[in-house]
Formats: sequence, structure tokens, C-alpha cells
Amino acid sequence: MPVELTESDRAFLQGAHGDAAALAMRIVVEMAGVSGADRLIDVASAHVDGCLYHGLAGLEFAERLVAGGARVRVPTTLNVGYLDLLHPDRYRGDVGTVAKARRQMDLYVAMGCRPTWTCAPYQLPERPAFGQHVAWAESNAIVFCNSVLGARTDRYGDFIDVCAALTGRVPLAGLHRDEDRRARLVLRLEGVSERLLASDALYPVLGHLLGQEAGTEVAAIAGLPADTSEDRLKALGAAAASSGSIAMFHAVGITPEAPTLEVATAGEQVPEFVVPTERLRAARRELGTARDGRLGAVSVGTPHASLAELERLAALLGTAEPAVPFYVNIGRDVLAEAEERGPIATLRSAGVRIVSDTCTYISPVMDVADGPVMTDSAKWAWYAPANIGVDVVIGGLEDCVRSAIAGRVLLDETLWTDG
Amino acid sequence: MGPVLVLDEPLSFWGGVDPETGDVVDVRHPQRGANVVGRILVMPSGRGSSSSSSVLAEAIRAGTAPAAIVLGEADPILALGAIVARELYGKVTPVVVATDPSLRTGRVAKITATRETARIEA
Repeated sequence: MPVELTESDRAFLQGAHGDAAALAMRIVVEMAGVSGADRLIDVASAHVDGCLYHGLAGLEFAERLVAGGARVRVPTTLNVGYLDLLHPDRYRGDVGTVAKARRQMDLYVAMGCRPTWTCAPYQLPERPAFGQHVAWAESNAIVFCNSVLGARTDRYGDFIDVCAALTGRVPLAGLHRDEDRRARLVLRLEGVSERLLASDALYPVLGHLLGQEAGTEVAAIAGLPADTSEDRLKALGAAAASSGSIAMFHAVGITPEAPTLEVATAGEQVPEFVVPTERLRAARRELGTARDGRLGAVSVGTPHASLAELERLAALLGTAEPAVPFYVNIGRDVLAEAEERGPIATLRSAGVRIVSDTCTYISPVMDVADGPVMTDSAKWAWYAPANIGVDVVIGGLEDCVRSAIAGRVLLDETLWTDG
Repeated sequence: MGPVLVLDEPLSFWGGVDPETGDVVDVRHPQRGANVVGRILVMPSGRGSSSSSSVLAEAIRAGTAPAAIVLGEADPILALGAIVARELYGKVTPVVVATDPSLRTGRVAKITATRETARIEA
């Protein structure tokens, strides 16, 4: 099916806005063909993931865009890079990579993107409004944008993200369309204890299960507390976008497009899967690759920690000092706010190591004592073993702090008994 | 053309494939340790990270990519990696949506693809 282009779209293709914008429009139009879109639509903003160095291809693409006069046409934020520009002394990796990774980050700033360097752009003041069309990359940001904000982005990856920013256009496909946003299956929690529902330990594990059950589909989750916080939905979505290709979910009675199950499914009959505590226990076992009590380090803040999470971490730590290296990943905007509001001083005096602009499982920044790394993030637990070669243990933030202070893994197993 | 490698589960290229070697490095993947270089890679769908476009483009540049990718469900993120590698380096790696039971690990298959159709000979 041919893609219907406007006069303005055609002007882009013909080079009216320069070579980079022409290349970007060519890619947007080709992707419209791949996704079966019949036309393009405007986006209000973009979040770009392509600034993270993975090798020469991504760098050479950015070089070609800048050489072709690239300038973003909509407000554009940047995802994490390979380097922590605020704490460069933490870097433990290959020196040869630094210049290339830095160049790639600089090229995106040169195109007019805002150097936010965060995987949690929904924590920034300029986050999209309900119903707004945007072009976001970064799998956890995509799922948060669609599910929690009710703004609309398809599952964009590196390259198309900046092409959308340079043209202000995306294919009208996927989650930009009403019909693709309705739930195709339901996960119903049954017999899960009030204590587990009230614990942050549940949400990443549930997300992991969601990714495996739903794969690429939009699912509705029934049975979560009505006051489930954004941070818990963040943890859930990030996990689901790692173990599966989830780009949107509904939490019935919580997320904006699911006031009721009937609204979430648009009244259609869909398959329903019951999730008892036993399924959650199995998902939790699958996430941890470590099996003994030793502890080498702790890493929290994946996706980047919010101000509320930092305040909770500071309160849990109090004046205690971790016995193993303790890392927290924070976007630089939230870090600046948290410096003013207090929790950062507490964390620093406890010896917590702050990482910004990147993440501890992307960039080689961690010192790990003998033993596995404990995290409260299913996304971190999913990727870190392959990315940085560590074994992992997953627990709630409270477990992470208790374990760090004790210097060995302590998990509250009573949370996971049947309710 | 190349030997077929059928994956039992979806694979995220980012965090799942080492673009320097083409090895499957996802520790939870049933085919961990397999190598994708020059293979006709068959899998049910893409998975996970939106950085997989970059990792696929980098693997195509470095010569460590599959010869073609056959997916049970469309995955724009992988298609995009192949499109950008073609724009930058002129190297074509078909990413097609098809189910063909004759694609079995160990057999040799040939994929000829245009924008609209793909022909699989296995």
C-alpha cells in the first residue's frame, strides 16, 4: 500500500530542508511501508535513544546527519549515553571507546537535542500530555508514555527516533491508533497477599511475568491497588519491556485508558489468565542467577531513580553505611533537584555512589566485591549478566538496603507466601 | 543464502547478541552460545530493547550479522537496523515476516526479498 505524503513531506524528500532531513524523511517513509501506515502524522516531541554508543554504525549515522545539516524540528530529549559526564572518574572500561562514545553524545547535542541523558524522560517537567502523539525510543520510556501518561508513541528504536525529531513526522501506525491500544488479554491477580501488593518487591517481578505472558500484545492487569504509584508502574513496565516486547499495558482502575476492564478491552471478549502467588514466585526465581548468600555490590535506580525513590532510599539507609559498594543511577535533572531537597547529602555521607547520564549495566563503572550484585530492578537483573558479566539477585529496595548494610544477601521470603 | 538457525524464543539483539562475534550472549536464551553470523535466523518475534536497531546495524557493518532474519511477527526495530545499514554501507540484509516449517536448523536456505514479497527456498 503506497504511503500518502503531503506536499511538505515531499519537500523534505527532495532536500528542501537539507540532506540530513531528506535522509530522515526517506527512512520515516520506508518505515511507514514496513508498518503498513497509509500516511504520516505530526509529533509534538521526541526522545532519542541513538546517542548511546554501540559501535561504529551508530556513530557514523550521527556523523552523516550532522554533516547533512541536521537540526531537530520538535523539542527532543536524550536517553542515557555510554559515559557518565558528571562522574567521569568512575569509568573502568576501555579508554579507546571513550572518545567515540563522547563524540556520539556530542553529535546529538549538536543537532539541537536537550542533553537530559536519562532513560526516564517522564520525570522531566516537559512530559507529554494525555493523547498527544510523540516519538519516543527507549523501551521502558515507551511503555510508561503509552500506559501511564496516555500519550501515544509506537515502539521506536535507534535511528527512527532521530528521524522523527528531524522531520516532526512518524507513520500513523501501531500505538498511535486507537484500535491497537486496547487490551488483547487480561492478567488477573488472585490470592496475592495484601502485604505483597503493598511491597515494591512485587512490581518488577509482575512485569517480568507480563512480558513473558503477553509477548508483544497489550495486556490489562486486574487486581492491583488503586493507589499504585508511578514508580511501581515504571518498574513493572521496564521489566515487561525487557522479558517481552511490551510497549503498553493497562492497569485496571489505575492507568488513564483503563478506568474499567471493559474500557481497556473496548468491550471485546479477550482471554484471561489467572496469576496466583506461585506464578510470581516462579518469575522471581527465574530473574535471579545467583544462588548463595554472598553479596558483591548493590545497584538501584534502573530506570533512573525518581525523587520519591531517592527520599525513600535515604530514609531506609539513615546513618548506616553499606558494607559493599552501593550504586544508584539518577538522571541529571532529578539529581539537581534532589541535591536541593536533601536526600543526596544523606546518600553521599553514607558512601552511596551516584551514577548519572548512563547506567551501571551499560557502562563499565562498577566495583564489585566477591559475589553477585543485588538490584531492585527486573530490567537490570535481565540485562546485567550478559552486559557486564555479573550474577544477580533481585529484591525490594528494603531488602537491597538491609543486605548492603549486612554485607550479605537478605531476602524477606515471607512476602512471597500465599495470601 | 546460508544455514538456518531456528531460535525457540525471541531474541533481543541489544544485550542478546555480541556484535563483535555474532554470539548469542543472552544468559536466559535457550540457544545461548549459538552464533548468528551468516545464518538465516528464524525466530518468533523480536524482543526487548529499542537499541536492537543499532546492534543489528553494527553487526551488518562488522560482518557479524545473520544473512537474513525471518520473523513470525513484524518487528520494525530490526527492519530499521537493516534499512540504516543499507543506507550507510550499501549492505542488504533481508528482514522478512514468514512462517515456513521447512526452515529447520541445519538446513541451507535462500531468501530473495523485495519490499513487498519474500521467496524462501529451503
